[in-house]
Amino acid sequence: MSDNYFEIIRPGINTTFQDKGRDNLYHFGIPFSGVMDNRNYLLANKLVNNNLDSPIVEFAYQGPHLKYTGGKINFAITGDVIFTIKKDDTEIEGKCYESYQIVNGDEINIISTNKSVYGYLALGGELDIKLQWNSCSINTKANIGSNNGKKLDFSQKINLRKININQDIKKINYINTKIENIRVIKGTNFDYFSEEGKKIFFEKEFIVSKLSDRMGMRLEGPKIENIVNTNIKSEGLIKGVIQVPADGSPIIMLSDHGTVGGYPKIGVVASVDYNRLVQISPGSKIKFKEINLSDAETLFKLYEMETQNLLSQI
Amino acid sequence: MIKNISNLGDSALYCDFGNEVNKSINLQVIKYFKTIKEKKLKGINNLTPSYNKLIISYDLRKTNYDEVKKYIENLEIESSLKLNAKKIEIPVCCHESFSLDVIRLEKILNLSSEKILENFLNKEYFCYMTGFIAGMPFLGDLSENMRAQRLETPRVKVPKGSVGLTEQFANIYTFESPGGWNILGNTPVKVFDSSVEDKPTLINPGDTVTFKEITLDQYNNYNE
Repeated sequence: MSDNYFEIIRPGINTTFQDKGRDNLYHFGIPFSGVMDNRNYLLANKLVNNNLDSPIVEFAYQGPHLKYTGGKINFAITGDVIFTIKKDDTEIEGKCYESYQIVNGDEINIISTNKSVYGYLALGGELDIKLQWNSCSINTKANIGSNNGKKLDFSQKINLRKININQDIKKINYINTKIENIRVIKGTNFDYFSEEGKKIFFEKEFIVSKLSDRMGMRLEGPKIENIVNTNIKSEGLIKGVIQVPADGSPIIMLSDHGTVGGYPKIGVVASVDYNRLVQISPGSKIKFKEINLSDAETLFKLYEMETQNLLSQI
Repeated sequence: MIKNISNLGDSALYCDFGNEVNKSINLQVIKYFKTIKEKKLKGINNLTPSYNKLIISYDLRKTNYDEVKKYIENLEIESSLKLNAKKIEIPVCCHESFSLDVIRLEKILNLSSEKILENFLNKEYFCYMTGFIAGMPFLGDLSENMRAQRLETPRVKVPKGSVGLTEQFANIYTFESPGGWNILGNTPVKVFDSSVEDKPTLINPGDTVTFKEITLDQYNNYNE
């Protein structure tokens, strides 16, 4: 048993361990998984002096309430998250993108994400969890990853194998830009849809449905008419693919998606916008804007440079 | 051979081998899949073979569409490539507690349940692909008189181990999952095992599968 651990007073709605995900397993039917919002993952780890690819606690909407036992340790939270830190009898409101040091008996209470979906809690040290295919990422559908592939729950602990020696307090000024316009590259079945349907797809607003999770984001709004065939022979998918089933409402594949699918693909979200896409909360508006491959590649490079630049400021 | 290569978004190649679903096209897909996988090309992070398509995903930080496309176009595939395909026998119990859709199938196919079962068991199936949910094999082809559409309203939960039919295909639900296939029976065999990291799937593309009927008693006492 570990001497340093967090007791879970409240697990939160969808709290899992995640990291960069696992690759080269699609052919077995195993998706990538991994953190939904990669930039916020990297920033959180950097703020507590972890390796950038260290396992992290990911939560959605309501986060966990944790009580710490052990020697002093750093933590940082990224995203747009409301949380408090309780020391003895005082409770202070915490700020994202800033590391804090806590000691034995302190509590972290992650109340909710603010008009966004995912937040990240990095603990300054090494989590005592198992890897599967070289990744801790929990996939609750196939019960793969650490914690037996299940969400974190009441009456369990987050154990630390090691605590970082360097506990310098770090911060960065960063605001998550919220976007409504998501850039999309035309899909391989774009011509399955009527002229009117294509126009609707790129011009009208859709609303993110409550039936969205780590597997996919469902959209509500105007229907997109298919004039060729509402089914195709099942074929591979990647994250960001936008499928339109027979009911005309698009579904966007996210990190835990099924590896093959049989609905026509109207488009694919450009990689540059994926981190921001996953943060759009149910009930919010979303609009698609067409982009070509070469612009998408350039914009992703710029986005990555920006991420590296942010990391170097920490 | 690949008929057309296009981009699926900005980080995947969409290799199209045609529209028909048959063994010879699928074997082409599998050969490409195995060859590329062996080469371990920098930046390629996933390969998804299916009936007649191969999706090659790559890390946009390390490579790009033009580079991967050029590589695939110049790739030589050995026609004599060995697939190391296996023959696998899957025990299946068709007790009424498992054969959830046999009555529906009797009506659609206009066959008795005995005949449906007989047709199903007396056939060798080819695994075209594995996926959707972890380890789920897509097996074909069912004979013409055994083909039914999927349920109009999919089940919210199909039990783990269920053996289902849709159109010319059979499959096995490796996890409890939502789904619309016509369920004929259930297998006690672990078709997917995540604790065996190098070989988590029992049935892989190119393998041949037969089903063998077992009784409820044999099912309950099944030991792998």
